[in-house]
Amino acid sequence: MLPEELLEGLQKRIAETDHPRELVVDIMFALQNHYGYLSDEALEEGARLLGMTPLELEELATFYDFVYREPVGRYVIHVCDGVVCWMNGYEGVMDYLSKKFGIRPGETTEDGLFTILPTACIGYCDLSPAMLINGRPYGPLTPEKIDDILNRLRAEAPEPRMAR
Amino acid sequence: MYPQVIFQNRKPNRIATIDEYRQSGGYEGLTMALQKYSPKEVQQIVVDANLQGRGGAGFPAGLKWKSVADHFPFPRYVITNIDEYEPGTFKDRVMTHTDPHMMIEGMIITGYAVSAQTGIIFVRPSYESSAVIFERELKIAKEAGHLGKNILGSNFSFDIVVHRSGGRYICGEGTAQINAIQGRRPHPVQSPVRSTEKGLWNQPTVLNNMETLVNVPHIVRHGAEWFKNLAKTKTASGTKLYCVSGKVTHPGCYELPMGTRLSEIIEEHGGGMSPGNEFKTCLPGGASTYYLHKKFLDAEMDYDGMKKVGNRLGTGAVIVFDQKTCLVSATLNLMDFFVRESCGWCTPCREALPFIRDLIWRIEEGEGREEFIPILRRMSLHTWKSYCAFAPGATMPVTSLLDNFSEEVHEHISQKKCPYKG
Repeated sequence: MLPEELLEGLQKRIAETDHPRELVVDIMFALQNHYGYLSDEALEEGARLLGMTPLELEELATFYDFVYREPVGRYVIHVCDGVVCWMNGYEGVMDYLSKKFGIRPGETTEDGLFTILPTACIGYCDLSPAMLINGRPYGPLTPEKIDDILNRLRAEAPEPRMAR
Repeated sequence: MYPQVIFQNRKPNRIATIDEYRQSGGYEGLTMALQKYSPKEVQQIVVDANLQGRGGAGFPAGLKWKSVADHFPFPRYVITNIDEYEPGTFKDRVMTHTDPHMMIEGMIITGYAVSAQTGIIFVRPSYESSAVIFERELKIAKEAGHLGKNILGSNFSFDIVVHRSGGRYICGEGTAQINAIQGRRPHPVQSPVRSTEKGLWNQPTVLNNMETLVNVPHIVRHGAEWFKNLAKTKTASGTKLYCVSGKVTHPGCYELPMGTRLSEIIEEHGGGMSPGNEFKTCLPGGASTYYLHKKFLDAEMDYDGMKKVGNRLGTGAVIVFDQKTCLVSATLNLMDFFVRESCGWCTPCREALPFIRDLIWRIEEGEGREEFIPILRRMSLHTWKSYCAFAPGATMPVTSLLDNFSEEVHEHISQKKCPYKG
């Protein structure tokens, strides 16, 4: 169940819009932020709010890169594998992260903190190789820089959460 | 140093405020448009200025606006996007982090020119900071009376909203973007009715690239002739934002006269090749253009100049490759990208691209055969039967690899391995 405040906020936005369907991505992001990912429950809640079918939401959720239909870590790392980042060391960055976390691309660390995903060009070609962590860009990346970033995130992270 | 129009208020690590934008003449174009010109006159000024759409196709913006006929219904929409998924392209991001009010003013004037009521800025998730900037600055523009009801005391009312995308390359295609905004799966539409007639919610809709819009206030203020004279070449107008990336010393986004030579863009502005590297080729306008043969390095970077050498200006994003980078491998990376980003709706794209990818992968892995080459060419031709320009664009690196770097391909096949891997 969604907390009252979040639910009312979303209902208000939907009521104020001429075409509620225009808000479907916003609603999916809001639910994803709350649940940690777009669970089946969240999908159904979103559909109910918008007067759409769960299937209509599902066909969008599975289409978009930044809507997660499976559990992800607290920090989702999108590593850019666009051609410029590829040329400037994408594979090294991905290998480094995989070894450091002991996971493969698409997986989440056991403590539920980090997920790594390869991602289409993120538009930071002037800072390649680059990555996004929870939407924030970082680059040009080196092993030292990656260590710094991850240490900072680990220090900031509240209670580790188990991946669901 | 060339005249800076779009980047005139560019500062290291800071966004220009509305006051700074005003001090540089910002919102004067809007005042002039509303007080001096009718919507039709604004359209004509932009037609005369020959403002070619900066999204890649180069269609004149003024003519697009004119195709919104008087009898078309209301409400009408203007859509722009900061969704540049084209590899190598990041100009919209730099523009937004430089002078966001320039785009806002350009969009309001465009709205006036086509009698629209609502503007929509479509933003990709990796540019969340841009969405936040626009939301903040739109509020400021509204408080200043530039947006909302009866703008600057005129009869014209216009609002702009930010629309967040879920993130996919195909959303850059016009009809796909309209589907995306309507909360539908963003597939492109086959042979669509022009969006200026039936676009968003079946209403007249003008889609303009963000770089097209930022030029509009300056054209209104300084006139068509001034704008035309900014370009180096006769058939082009204005300046262009060129993104330079890859193996160069100073990757970045540079505002230069339209038609500046590619060699100058790379050598002088991009700082030349990074230490120890030699120029091999470049994709001159993002991933959906052709690998350029070295002999055309002096070509003029505008729509006609690139056409003359059998290439495309695309987004003006120059991706530079060095002699140590394997182009078969680079093409494989590009095909991985296109295969993943294809929306999968129409057959030529969904089926041909993975097929092409597989053949390139075999060549790269030393399992290539000479007969793959005619198959690659044939499959690339099939993609021109797809619904939108995505798949033909995807095969441009493939056909130019075969045309301009055939030796490299043959070497992979005859040596049964990638010659660039030890």
